[in-house]
Amino acid sequence: MTEPEIVAGILWLALTAYAVLAGADFGGGVWDLVASGSRARDQRRAVAEAMGPVWEANHVWLIFLIVGVFTGFPAAFGILGMALYVPFTVALVGIVLRGAAFAFRAHGREAVGDASRWGVAFGAASVIAPFFMATGAAAVASGAIHVSDGRLVSGFEAGWATPYGVLVGVFAVAMCAYLAATYLTVETEGTALESDFRRRAAAAGLVAGVAAIVSLVLAPVAAPSLASALFGRGLPLLILALVNGPIALVAVWRSRPRIARFAVAAQVTFVLWAWAVGQWPYLVPPDITIGLAAAPNSTLTSLLVVIGIGMLLLLPSLWFLFRVFKARNPAANC
Amino acid sequence: MDNVTLARATMGTSLGFHIVFAVLGVGLPLLMLTAEGLWLRTKDDVWLNLARRWSKAFGILFAVGAVSGTALSFELGLLWPRFMAFSGAIFGLPFTAEGFAFFIEAIFLGLYLYGWDRLTPVVHWLTSIPVAVSGALSSVFVVMANAWMNSPTGFQLDSHGQLVDVDPVAAALNASTPTEDPHMLISAYVVTGFLVAAVYAVGVLRGRDDVLHRRGLILGMAMAAAAIVLAGITGDTSARFIYQAQPAKFAAMEGLYETLRGAPIHLGGIPVSSQHRVVGAIEIPYALSLLAAFDPNAEVRGLDSFPPNDRPNPVVVHLSFDTMAGLGMLIGLTAAVFWLLFIYRRRIPTSRRLLWLIVAAGPASVAAMEAGWFVTEFGRQPWIVYGILRTSEAATTAPALGPTFVIFFAIYIGLAITTARLLLNQARRNRGAS
Repeated sequence: MTEPEIVAGILWLALTAYAVLAGADFGGGVWDLVASGSRARDQRRAVAEAMGPVWEANHVWLIFLIVGVFTGFPAAFGILGMALYVPFTVALVGIVLRGAAFAFRAHGREAVGDASRWGVAFGAASVIAPFFMATGAAAVASGAIHVSDGRLVSGFEAGWATPYGVLVGVFAVAMCAYLAATYLTVETEGTALESDFRRRAAAAGLVAGVAAIVSLVLAPVAAPSLASALFGRGLPLLILALVNGPIALVAVWRSRPRIARFAVAAQVTFVLWAWAVGQWPYLVPPDITIGLAAAPNSTLTSLLVVIGIGMLLLLPSLWFLFRVFKARNPAANC
Repeated sequence: MDNVTLARATMGTSLGFHIVFAVLGVGLPLLMLTAEGLWLRTKDDVWLNLARRWSKAFGILFAVGAVSGTALSFELGLLWPRFMAFSGAIFGLPFTAEGFAFFIEAIFLGLYLYGWDRLTPVVHWLTSIPVAVSGALSSVFVVMANAWMNSPTGFQLDSHGQLVDVDPVAAALNASTPTEDPHMLISAYVVTGFLVAAVYAVGVLRGRDDVLHRRGLILGMAMAAAAIVLAGITGDTSARFIYQAQPAKFAAMEGLYETLRGAPIHLGGIPVSSQHRVVGAIEIPYALSLLAAFDPNAEVRGLDSFPPNDRPNPVVVHLSFDTMAGLGMLIGLTAAVFWLLFIYRRRIPTSRRLLWLIVAAGPASVAAMEAGWFVTEFGRQPWIVYGILRTSEAATTAPALGPTFVIFFAIYIGLAITTARLLLNQARRNRGAS
């Protein structure tokens, strides 16, 4: 592997971490928004308790990804900033409001649990952010962003303001909700809330599954470059995803929270890597390859050194954070 | 308005908003660490009470800082795609390092905020150390990137304008880094110290003259006083460096139009470019040459010696510079009076007039810091990368920058008001509890 490919692989791992961890935080916002039934307040509280200590750390994977892309692949960053100006700006509004609203409610005067203004803002922003980020991903994957002579030639709506972009956006939001509900069955294991979140996980899983199958069926027409990626080199990983999907759903439905948590996270990982491997060596097909957009080797080498040192500090810290807050669930203690 | 103006307005608003939360993210952890450490040593619950109050406020402040910082990282690409396509490979390294520092800060802050009951007191206190250290490192790394925009090094351009010989380490350690970096880091402690002192001065003025308020006031003033002295020294070094490295910025700071030997300092006044002079200023002859080069007859380049389209706007830069330096001196004087009285009387001075001055010093320190960034950023214009890339060539051509600006402006106003309201609520509840 060349140096640009190694850096691209690391950034894709960071994207995976962001999707698996922060995706669940966005999903938590979805379940806060639609909390219902006699235990609605407890559902909201469970979401807030699960997210509280970790959401900011999960969020930093996005920052890492952004600075990694503009350091390692500055040409691609510039083009994406232009081509996806609108969806990314909207997603950014969502990200800002989601985080602020969550903190305002968690540290403010309102009791977490009751329906409230900041609660609604938190929930709505949690839908907006992943939806618009995913429409941006759809634009990249479908090969709609065209570059000529280093300049964007495909305009500011290409690839994301399409029915296919909406479909991928729905898939992403459903996936976030699926992740969150599945994780929450582990956090609430042994309480009445577990069955609430089990049913919600199954519902979100079904929606995500249907959206995924429809996107696959439509891909050859609506997103030819994604189709050739997924049915080409990405096929083994796509098959893994297709096999793993039902397993995850069955695990959720049969109340195997820990297996389900692993399987749903694996599902997200398979989908992202089927896409990545499929469109390899393109970063933004059909015009920008990993090699073409890469920074000079001197930059990539020092970037890898900084990432290496950073990870030595980061990974044990993350392990400690999750050990303190996620090792046992509070209900299991009492 | 054109895209460049709108992109600058959006970026400037975002930076001006974020920096207030960012400096508290650097300074407050150090105060929390100190107070909780004093509690561990003395077992005096007042210290613990202080640390817990600050940690509650910090929960909100850090979150707003984190999301507004995210906005900035996005906006680099959304508003300045050509700048980033050119610069990313050169100055991205400190941003990546800053990413890790932010990671560590977020992780240990999660442990600190939510770990009061889950960790032993000593382990809990220990988690505040990485928060304080990585907060400071974040500032150091991110200002390295800004310093590079002032002193771009670590690359060559070949005959086709392509980047060659990129050395990101040399870029991070550019000529502006040794002066700009310490000045910003120290300013973070100045602002935190004065803001915290102002909060407790309000409390004492309102009749809550108890041990907790006095200790809050003392800790804040200690940080403020130590930092403001260093801010003066590093600011002076920065100005002398700018005299050498960015003469156009220096001329604009001082409102100097004509190149002069034995140049005077203009205190206040408004530069009027049509008259080539500063109107209404107090002039101190020879002082500028003396301060810039330790020589009363040293030559200082004036704005007129630069081509018209290479000149920064002297009105903004000069007024900002005087605001920063003037307010810096006033708050420094306030801190000096406070500590002189403290040493002389051997107790905390509680004269109402002095307390009111301390209250005013809080927002004044924020204004001084913002004015300082105005000097740096407006003074570098018309360049986004000094001498290499013009701001006008760097902005996006995307449509709808106007709505983006309005939306973000409204969001920041909303966030500022809500943050203030929630902090006031916290203070009220703290009073109810004690």
